Amino acid sequence: MKVTIDNITVEVEPGTTIMQAARQIGPEIAPPAMCYYEPLKGSGGKCRACLVKVTQGSEKDPRPMPKLVPACITAVQEGMVVENTVNESVLETRKGIVEFLLLNHPLDCPVCDQAGECHLQDFSFEHGVSTTRTAEERNTFEPTDLGPNIQLHMNRCVLCYRCVYTADQITDGRVHGVMYRGDHAEISTYIEKAIDNDFSGNVIDVCPVGALTDKTYRFKSRVWFSKPVEAHCSCEKCTGNVTLWYKGDEVIRVTGRKNEWGEVMEFICNTCRFDRKKTSDWVIEGPTKVARHSVISANKYGANLIKPAFPIAQAARDYKLIDDDRDRSFLHEPAKIEAKK
Amino acid sequence: MKILTEHIDVPQIETLAVYKKNGGYKAVEKALKKMTPDEVTEEVKKSGLRGRGGAGFPMGMKWSFLAKPEGVPRYLVCNADESEPGTFKDHYLMWKSPHTLIEGMIVSSYALGANTSYIYVRGELMYVISILEKAIQEAYDQGLLGKNILGSGYDLDLFVQPGGGAYICGEETALLESLEGKRGNPRNKPPFPAVKGVWQCPTVVNNVESIAATSWIVNNGGDAYAAIGVGRSTGTKLISASGHIKKPGVYEIPLGITVEEFIYSDEWCGGIRDGHKLKAVVAGGSSVPILPADMILTTATGEKRLMTYESLSDGGFVSGTMLGSGGFIVMDETTCIVHNTLTFARFYHHESCGQCSPCREGTGWMDKVIHRIEHGKGRREDIDLLVDVAKKIEGNTICPLGDAAAWPVAAAIRHFRDEFEWHIEHPELATKEGAVYMRPGASWAQ
Repeated sequence: MKVTIDNITVEVEPGTTIMQAARQIGPEIAPPAMCYYEPLKGSGGKCRACLVKVTQGSEKDPRPMPKLVPACITAVQEGMVVENTVNESVLETRKGIVEFLLLNHPLDCPVCDQAGECHLQDFSFEHGVSTTRTAEERNTFEPTDLGPNIQLHMNRCVLCYRCVYTADQITDGRVHGVMYRGDHAEISTYIEKAIDNDFSGNVIDVCPVGALTDKTYRFKSRVWFSKPVEAHCSCEKCTGNVTLWYKGDEVIRVTGRKNEWGEVMEFICNTCRFDRKKTSDWVIEGPTKVARHSVISANKYGANLIKPAFPIAQAARDYKLIDDDRDRSFLHEPAKIEAKK
Repeated sequence: MKILTEHIDVPQIETLAVYKKNGGYKAVEKALKKMTPDEVTEEVKKSGLRGRGGAGFPMGMKWSFLAKPEGVPRYLVCNADESEPGTFKDHYLMWKSPHTLIEGMIVSSYALGANTSYIYVRGELMYVISILEKAIQEAYDQGLLGKNILGSGYDLDLFVQPGGGAYICGEETALLESLEGKRGNPRNKPPFPAVKGVWQCPTVVNNVESIAATSWIVNNGGDAYAAIGVGRSTGTKLISASGHIKKPGVYEIPLGITVEEFIYSDEWCGGIRDGHKLKAVVAGGSSVPILPADMILTTATGEKRLMTYESLSDGGFVSGTMLGSGGFIVMDETTCIVHNTLTFARFYHHESCGQCSPCREGTGWMDKVIHRIEHGKGRREDIDLLVDVAKKIEGNTICPLGDAAAWPVAAAIRHFRDEFEWHIEHPELATKEGAVYMRPGASWAQ
């Protein structure tokens, strides 16, 4: 089945979604995803970050689709033509989606453990604008503990439902859902019931933002100061294939192995994640190839660096302009003030 | 010409005996004994009946989309989760004459080959639910429901399911989720309910009024129904008239009368309340664009606007609106449009399910901004901001609630921008109790 995305034609299996087809072409073409998570059945379609324009429905029916469609759940058809980064209205809508997602977001990246591996940071860096139009008070929530090892910062949540699907599909017994409606909706374990399942820790890995964080790792280090290393152990509950995060000689964090798109393909158990924090617990395989959406790669593994995609390069240039502007106002101005004697 | 409300004022019409005496359940007898399911569907197609829930999609066509794989049960679900501000017709019909709906349910279920059907009623209408359940029990007792109805060999079980009172559960896929006992979040489409609906089986979801009309169509034929109305808007429509009119209430009108007649004639609304002038009309429930007096009475081409799907939407969103679900809200010149828009925006903010980001965040944002404008803290750029936010919500959401939230705000600004500006420029005047901006030279201000 042939499908053309941004003027690049690719051959895919029937039943493939536009998102998967675009990912086959490469990260420059792949639409951003905040809620879609390939290993989780039923995920996707909620964040609307991956909306694309279908300019030709199929070979048989060449009419364009009237609305933008979510790439992650729309199946391709023979001869479909899709516009992603070349379409004005798609990029304009994406700007709007970033704005919506950040509307009630606390923007507390400086104190957030997710910073540096946060999908929302990447998304807003690539597609957002650098100014804000909102003067409204943000909705706020108190941080809550979900069990002994996980903390929930509802303020940061983008309601992608990934953790809900994880709790439904990976762990037995549903204890994790969404309560209330609209912008006051909350992720919650039903009636404060702690997640004490063996695989509950995976909700941390699937969270695209810093809403669900690992309490054994909180505030230990910024992500980009730590070194990821692939390792495995013989675990009776899971496959034992993990990524260890070193700071100096110390293992400060254990996570599942993520693929190029930030998706954990093999879920790991809580024992591996929270308890095995000594090098002697593990067999080291070698350094992790760092994914494209990460500052972790900076100045670490030259050979593994992945070339930034076009929108990132563009965003970096734009950002530099603003940054220069800030430099002028913050650094040059004070020079004129006379030093006190 | 009355079809649904012909006998609605007969005392005790809610009982089966009185309903039968007034010609009730003839359609069931005719359909089940003399017609095949396909013949019933054919009559409905011929009638040109369009969905009365708001979208106005031809009902016969919707039925023909229903997938019919062997060995898989099919379902008919009646959407009685009427929650649109300004619309109260289904509630009126079910409360006054529950058997009208039940008869329609039997006929429609027969046409679709459904052996189990549901009526999903809005949770707030507890007393309507008990009326419906009583009526259903009567129908079971008389052999009109259950196994082998009237000896025809056709079985039908009819259930009433109360909702939890969420507006979003009036959206068909959210309704199905809620019916299955889950959180009422709309589903991604495709697959459409006609392929995978309730319990993952083919399902048709229809409005109360559409289903109720099918029994008349079976009795009198599709052509007789199509003879009423204008063009593609056939039959009669229940209109819930509310606001600043002399006689608010539910009226059954033949589609095709003029809007002017509907508002001013003594047969219908009876004109604007004592001595005031018409300022604006929301013609089809809160989610359709608001129109000022001159635009609702005549189209952009100067013709008189009719109460039909086509005529009301004439001019698109620039100078038109929609018939929607028939919630006809009339406002006279004492109405503050900003305040009215705030009420609508607050409603959608409260009712957004929070599943997809444009609607979840956008409705709250619009609510907060309009709230500021209304309370004298508006900024000049807020008006353009509102339009832009509305644009970014529209069409980018999973279900139509996003559109429904965006349209009233965008339309109010399009037609009453000066009123918003006045609120921002003169906060000291605008925040006074009962203050309303009078546009110089406007049709309602002379």
